[in-house]
Amino acid sequence: MAYFEDAIKERVEAVQDYSLLAGRSLSNLFSQPRYYADTLMQADLIGVGSLPIVVLIGLFTGAVLALQTSSTLEQFGSLSLTGQLVSLSMVRELGPVLTGILVAGRNSSGMASELGSMKVTEQIDAMRAMGVDPTKKLVTPRVIATVTMLFFLSIISDLVGLVGGWAVSYLLLGLDTNQYWTTAYQALRFGDVFMGLSKPVVFGFIISSVGCYYGMTARGGTQGVGRATTQAVVSASVLIVVSDFFITKLLMQIFHY
Amino acid sequence: MAFEQPVLEGISFQLNRGETKVLLGEAGTGKTLILKLALGLIKPDSGSIWVLGQEVSAMREQDLFDLRRDIGMVFQESALFDSLTVEENVAYRLIEETRTITEEIHQRVLEALDFVELKQTYNLFPAELSGGMRRRVAIARAIITQPEVLLYDSPTGGLDPVTSNTIIELVVKQRDVYETGSLLVTHRLQDAFTMASHYFDKKLNKMVPVEPGSSRNVHTTFVILRDHKIIFEGTATELLRCHDPYIREYLS
Repeated sequence: MAYFEDAIKERVEAVQDYSLLAGRSLSNLFSQPRYYADTLMQADLIGVGSLPIVVLIGLFTGAVLALQTSSTLEQFGSLSLTGQLVSLSMVRELGPVLTGILVAGRNSSGMASELGSMKVTEQIDAMRAMGVDPTKKLVTPRVIATVTMLFFLSIISDLVGLVGGWAVSYLLLGLDTNQYWTTAYQALRFGDVFMGLSKPVVFGFIISSVGCYYGMTARGGTQGVGRATTQAVVSASVLIVVSDFFITKLLMQIFHY
Repeated sequence: MAFEQPVLEGISFQLNRGETKVLLGEAGTGKTLILKLALGLIKPDSGSIWVLGQEVSAMREQDLFDLRRDIGMVFQESALFDSLTVEENVAYRLIEETRTITEEIHQRVLEALDFVELKQTYNLFPAELSGGMRRRVAIARAIITQPEVLLYDSPTGGLDPVTSNTIIELVVKQRDVYETGSLLVTHRLQDAFTMASHYFDKKLNKMVPVEPGSSRNVHTTFVILRDHKIIFEGTATELLRCHDPYIREYLS
């Protein structure tokens, strides 16, 4: 019974510590010093670094969307709706979520392992001992960089997905280019775009805060760092998918779908 | 992590300006903990700790950062930032916001590295240095801002006798040339006695033994820990005259 109690206490404490760290990472913006150079470096590593993979995955996701739905649409004689379908799916859902999970796998693990290695080799303590706040120097730059970069990466992913969908529509399904792009564009309403752009902000925050949390609390040498890295990716991915559901439901309510 | 038994109990001592206190004791007696408590990296369950006129045990983490700039710490495993060069490591406190090394900062780094006799390594990475050299870089990093208090955590731990002597010479140099107060944790008795029986001669630029019978004050006292408590506090001469059986055994 005591073991069960301890397990629950541990979980609650973990949630508490995470919330404190996440809150601090944002409140740090309101006080000096602010590490702009570190933020820019992280933006380069996270944003520009993830660009190739986001473009590749976005392209093929859009393409496969058009491909998969073409057989069903054809049955109803609605093949011309392909542009609309790819557009709405990518912008509202697949762009943000796939990009989020990709970046989580790539960068949340990177943050957890980098910060975790620093933690187990006393480098975080050394930083504190020298009067440098690790949350300001390490965590806040990563959070700001990820939120900003994921926003733009999702936009790029959406666009590239539409291009992939167009390629399939034009080359394989014989649809008209002009029709594809016009329907894709016209189908989007403000609510769709708002949904598609607000999700990356939340996902970016999740990815970076979870990655940094697991990194800063890593214990137990190299094995601990490995564990922290795995847990970071898993937690971040799960949180993205779960929060995606709630955000979608909330925004659908607000925009009266 | 909570231990059922207290790790340190009833610990009370005072470090005066320019004084060096050597904390001795077997492994696991909580010596490193005292240093971490002094920096506020850990908070005590009860009691208060005052450093440079401020109550470290009652301050929040955010407020401690300014105070820590006046305290230098040398960690047991050097704890250098392994993705930064030696120069960036030593200059860390000076460049943490801008990350650019100006000519002035470069000169200060070379000065600090010169003190530890590692001037030529400034462009290398910690992984390219030996353990002793890393330890010396850690010392350079701690002293570059001329802190008022220095904390050394087993500075010679894991080093061969020759390198250990080099490190102790640097500690003695810092003690005598800059008269910085310091707390040194070690389990090596020979290092502690070396510090108590030698001084740094500025003219000869090396460590020389104190002449027997001379009245030179090396400002070094010993504190011995055992079973979570302090069992001795005093100078080297007092230590040698002590009749406590444990201490006699410890000294032999």
